[in-house]
Amino acid sequence: MAKLPILGLYESADHAADAGDALKAAGVPPTDYDFLTDAPYPEGAFGERHESHRLYLFPFIGALIGLTVGIMLTSMTQMAYPLVQGGKPILSLPPMAVVTYESTMLTAIAFTILGIIFESRLPAFKQGLYDTRITEGYIGVLVNVEENELTSTQTLLTQAGAIDVVRQGGGSGT
Amino acid sequence: MQEGTPLQSRQINRELLGSILNSPKWFWMAISILGFIVLAGMSAAGILINQGFGVTGLNRPVMWGFFITNFVFWIGISHAGVMLSAILRLSKAEWRRPATRAAEILTVFSLMTAMMMPLIHTGRPWRTVYWIYTLPFIPYDYARGIWPNVRSPLVWDPSAVYTYLTSSVLFVLVALIPDFAVLRDRTTGLSNRIYGMLAMGWQGNPRQWKLQIIAGVLLSALILPVFVSVHSIVSWDFGMAVSVKSWHSTIFAPYFVVGAVHSGVSAVAFVLILLRYAYGWQNYIRHEHIDALGRLLVVVATGWFYFFVMEVIFGFYGREADEIAVRNLQFMISPWNVWMFIFVGLTYFLPVAIWLSRTCRRNLWIMSIACISVNIGMWLERFLIIVPGLARKQLLTFDWYTYRPSSVECLIIGSTFALVTMLMLLIARVVPLIPLYDIKEGEILRTEIKIGRVSVPATFRED
Repeated sequence: MAKLPILGLYESADHAADAGDALKAAGVPPTDYDFLTDAPYPEGAFGERHESHRLYLFPFIGALIGLTVGIMLTSMTQMAYPLVQGGKPILSLPPMAVVTYESTMLTAIAFTILGIIFESRLPAFKQGLYDTRITEGYIGVLVNVEENELTSTQTLLTQAGAIDVVRQGGGSGT
Repeated sequence: MQEGTPLQSRQINRELLGSILNSPKWFWMAISILGFIVLAGMSAAGILINQGFGVTGLNRPVMWGFFITNFVFWIGISHAGVMLSAILRLSKAEWRRPATRAAEILTVFSLMTAMMMPLIHTGRPWRTVYWIYTLPFIPYDYARGIWPNVRSPLVWDPSAVYTYLTSSVLFVLVALIPDFAVLRDRTTGLSNRIYGMLAMGWQGNPRQWKLQIIAGVLLSALILPVFVSVHSIVSWDFGMAVSVKSWHSTIFAPYFVVGAVHSGVSAVAFVLILLRYAYGWQNYIRHEHIDALGRLLVVVATGWFYFFVMEVIFGFYGREADEIAVRNLQFMISPWNVWMFIFVGLTYFLPVAIWLSRTCRRNLWIMSIACISVNIGMWLERFLIIVPGLARKQLLTFDWYTYRPSSVECLIIGSTFALVTMLMLLIARVVPLIPLYDIKEGEILRTEIKIGRVSVPATFRED
């Protein structure tokens, strides 16, 4: 049976953390609930699960691609114009180094951006259960549970201090 | 660095999104006036393209004048964004919060404006495309009889500037995603759909925030070397020119970089003061922030002054005839010596005298005067490097000449200032110029420490 989302809204980080503790105690797996906020809180503020990522790989991959493209572009350009200027070699390293450096940095940055978006699981155009009050400072605790556990989870979220509990389809109640 | 009263999320949204959701009455009037000046500048550029370079004051041997001066000036202003955003972010300086976004956006617009200048300077901008690309992976179009020097430092310039521009745009866009989500939640209709697409389904879970924070630091670390390279490479447009004695200097790269930071940070301080007045952001852009910028600028200005003095001393010490001719023009012959005197006074002595006083640093009118003074001075600095060097390029005196800018050039230069101001106002209409989540994070981490009988405002900091 597919799990259904339910969202509890809290006024303070303490209450949201209490809700997290209550969910853990009730045996809800950490992957089935999440905390939604309008600002970054210190890591572990809600007792949330540790998130691993591979963002640091992206700039290295980008830099390698940029370095290769830069060397190819500059060397091919200079070879295509084999006219000696000022006694300098056809494949002159200083101009190659500058343009190659820029292309390396450009692709490293572009890949970092791609990495951030990819690792953040964006874009997520099919947005799940959400409440606009989250961007007003409320903290959302989003839980995915079996349909038959919705009522007990709602009770659990309310007991932890939720000012409102929202269900899929607009149903809500405190 | 936590003066002011605590702020709630709802209040932060209402006050910082005010520039987007409720346009002030003066907004369209200001846009109309600035738009008129920009149109006048475009018309002047049209005259230049139609009539040719005869309408400018450029003539042998001074073939670089106001346009290239303005190019270097706007590249310098663009260094504000990364200087403030990256360095302060990496050093976790608390007072960066309200300044980063405006600085980053100023970077983008000043770079765009800067890149227009060489295009206008070519006289026939449409032909510039032949220098760059005709077919994919065939960079230069020799077939059309254009034979550029592929090893020229002038080729490095666009590669560096476009890298910096692309990186800065991406940096701004990534940091805007959480704020787009706030706007998505506060708009309806078409605006809601557009902000929804830009927010890309952002929800604000711990994973997304963690990556957003790492992104800020990682991108700062990656953009910093680009930032240093850009103005170094701009300085090599001059420094690598063997034929112009006063330009051919090894000190130019650090001298230009520090000068760019000096003018850029001053420009950001001025923009922040303007935003504070224009949008009533007294709770966010506080005296403490401008004070901190003033203190930072004392160090930057003094670093810049050191390089300036070194550059002049090296010029004189070599006692080469053509170098001495340029220095003679700069320091002994009117009106150049008067401009030189004004430039040093406006760039260093006046502003630093102001910034040394705490009372002056916390007086926004006086700070505005200091910041404008620096930027007039820095514009003059670039002019006094470029034109006298070319005017005394040749050792033989029959080839010495001077430069008088024409009204067409003045109008185009003036319109670039109107353009950047207009673009800043227009962008303030669609994105928050102070990052909402950064301010909210500052409020979350705000605390008070009781020491003896006083309570000291403080901030928690994560490692």
